[in-house]
Amino acid sequence: MIRRFEDKCNIAYRQGLVGGYMHVYIGMEATAVGWNAALKPGWDYVITAYRDHAQPLIMGSDPVKVMAEIMGRSGGYSFGKGGSMHIYDIENCFFGGWGIVGGHTPLGAGLAFAAKYRKEDRVTICYLGDGASNAGVFFESLNMAALWDLPVIFIIENNEFAMGTRLEYHAADTQLYKRGEPFGIKSERLDGMDVLQVKADAERIVNWVRENQKPYLVEVMNYRFAGHGAADNDRQLYRTKEEEDENTKRDPIARLEKYLTENNLMTAEKMEAINVEIEERVEAIYEEAVNSPHPEPHEVYAHVYSDMEPEKGH
Amino acid sequence: MPTQELSYRDALRMALVEEIDRDQNVFVMGEDIGRYQGTFRVTEGLFQKYNVEQNDWRIIDTPIVEPGFTGIAIGAAMTGLRPVVEMMTMSFSILALDQIINHAAKIHYMTGGQSTVPMVIRGPGGAAKQLSAQHSHSLEGWYAHCPGLKVVAPATPQDAYSMFKQAVRDDNPVIFTENPGLYTIKGEVTTGPDVLQPFGKAQVLREGKDLSLVAYSRMVHVCLEVADRLAEVGISAEVVDVRSLLPLDTETIYQSVRKTNRAIVVYEDWKSGGFGAEIASRISEDCFDDLDAPVGRVGGLNVPMPYSRVLELECIPNADDVMAAVRKLG
Ligand SMILES: Cc1ncc(C[n+]2csc(CCOP(=O)(O)OP(=O)(O)O)c2C)c(N)n1
Ligand SMILES: [Mg+2]
Repeated sequence: MIRRFEDKCNIAYRQGLVGGYMHVYIGMEATAVGWNAALKPGWDYVITAYRDHAQPLIMGSDPVKVMAEIMGRSGGYSFGKGGSMHIYDIENCFFGGWGIVGGHTPLGAGLAFAAKYRKEDRVTICYLGDGASNAGVFFESLNMAALWDLPVIFIIENNEFAMGTRLEYHAADTQLYKRGEPFGIKSERLDGMDVLQVKADAERIVNWVRENQKPYLVEVMNYRFAGHGAADNDRQLYRTKEEEDENTKRDPIARLEKYLTENNLMTAEKMEAINVEIEERVEAIYEEAVNSPHPEPHEVYAHVYSDMEPEKGH
Repeated sequence: MPTQELSYRDALRMALVEEIDRDQNVFVMGEDIGRYQGTFRVTEGLFQKYNVEQNDWRIIDTPIVEPGFTGIAIGAAMTGLRPVVEMMTMSFSILALDQIINHAAKIHYMTGGQSTVPMVIRGPGGAAKQLSAQHSHSLEGWYAHCPGLKVVAPATPQDAYSMFKQAVRDDNPVIFTENPGLYTIKGEVTTGPDVLQPFGKAQVLREGKDLSLVAYSRMVHVCLEVADRLAEVGISAEVVDVRSLLPLDTETIYQSVRKTNRAIVVYEDWKSGGFGAEIASRISEDCFDDLDAPVGRVGGLNVPMPYSRVLELECIPNADDVMAAVRKLG
């Protein structure tokens, strides 16, 4: 469903229905699916960067509102003012959706701090990229999370690239899980492509954090199949075709399908039927989103403040 | 001296290449500027050209740590190197404000003249297309507020070329802002090793007698369009390109206002507290007796930049907005 949804986003982008920057999660889905499966829905918090379409879809957000937001329509979660990089569904505990690399990591620690303050047993997952794991504010956040025993799991999604810069060109120590060690944070490197394995690991760690009320750092090894963003159309600048082909063999969805067939858990017919159903659902989502109107010009002033309007006019 | 037609982007790159070739101390650092060729392609081809050996450090891909790499550049500059730091967009330079304002801008003063910081911080500033609230800032007014920095915002390919070369040779930290809407515009550019445009000199891009339109960066082109439209109805507008905010050439602006007796300042930054407010207030203060009407101002809407193209266009001043301000002057 996420894969088809984002395929459709890519089509919408090429049709000119989506502008600006749009980053898809294609290839990395098993990570968010597996980890979210270990969370208490509507209770535990999730925050991520700009590659943020998958999480709300998994967490039960309205996919039409997600796609409408990506298209900048008034029916979107932020009424067209956020866009692809800034999706939020606070009611469902999804806190976005951030465009400054590494900038959201202290917010993740802050969400966990709020849970701790109120003595709630919520766990917060804060996703960040391998590139973001170099940011100073991330180290600052790790320190405070350890110092105050915040129940936050920092998940570094190591997809081997920060935009067009390969891991070894941006990180002195490429074993990113070790970044938790100086702060005494329990840290491990785990697979992010086999959804069943991810889920098992996630359950173990989420339970540990909930029980022990301490932070955790996980480096998840995954791979993005697409370009960094929709505007990245020359991936050969930073990685070879062979390398990509090799990695697409790790496709988490194909892997799950294979597992289900080989273990006679699902027939090929059933799988095909599901695929058809998903295609139809995504088509319907697209239709509804694209028919949502553009915002009215006067809406430009709304939501700048909660209790007043800004000065108007040019 | 040779002249050729160049885009703003190519003029910038040409100036950069010439300065790298001229002075061993010049090096370039930033995010994705090397192997990836630069987000807005200003540094295209430079990595292949200059990073031939393992130990070549002319073109440096940095991690995504604006405070960290800006600080490294400042330290290097204090020893006499001349770093050119690219901000992928000026919006990201906010992370490095501490390094730029608390450090770079104060070092010459605090060391009693013992040290200088000859560095350039350049990058796209202002709205591109639907990059929404966190990628569209015009920050030149913030920087122009800060003594110790120089701030320039060239509007033409010629100035991109000659002001960039000037910036690299300046011994002070220079903020060099490039509106992303300008990268593809073309113009005749006179090139040469010493084609430099000293800062603090505004230019009159179009002469007129009824009204002065004062702007910098991309808004200069909006004003030129307005001047065309006004000419059709028999109004002769003069267009002044400020191009250097700090230092600011008030004299050229005042001369124009003394001739036309009317002025409108146009800028993309948030209208409230933006640099255009500074220019307008100076005209009001210093040319009060020459003015037949209050100084007009057209600025960006006072809201975070929305993602929707409809709303984004609502925010950025255009020729219609300036025409409305002209009518208001009477
Ligand atoms: C502070 C800041 N600097 C630069 C950028 C531009 N940028 C956006 S994403 C990105 C790469 C980040 O890579 P990573 O953290 O590995 O995340 P991934 O895209 O792989 O999910 C860059 C350089 C930004 N958005 N914010
Ligand atoms: Mg990455």
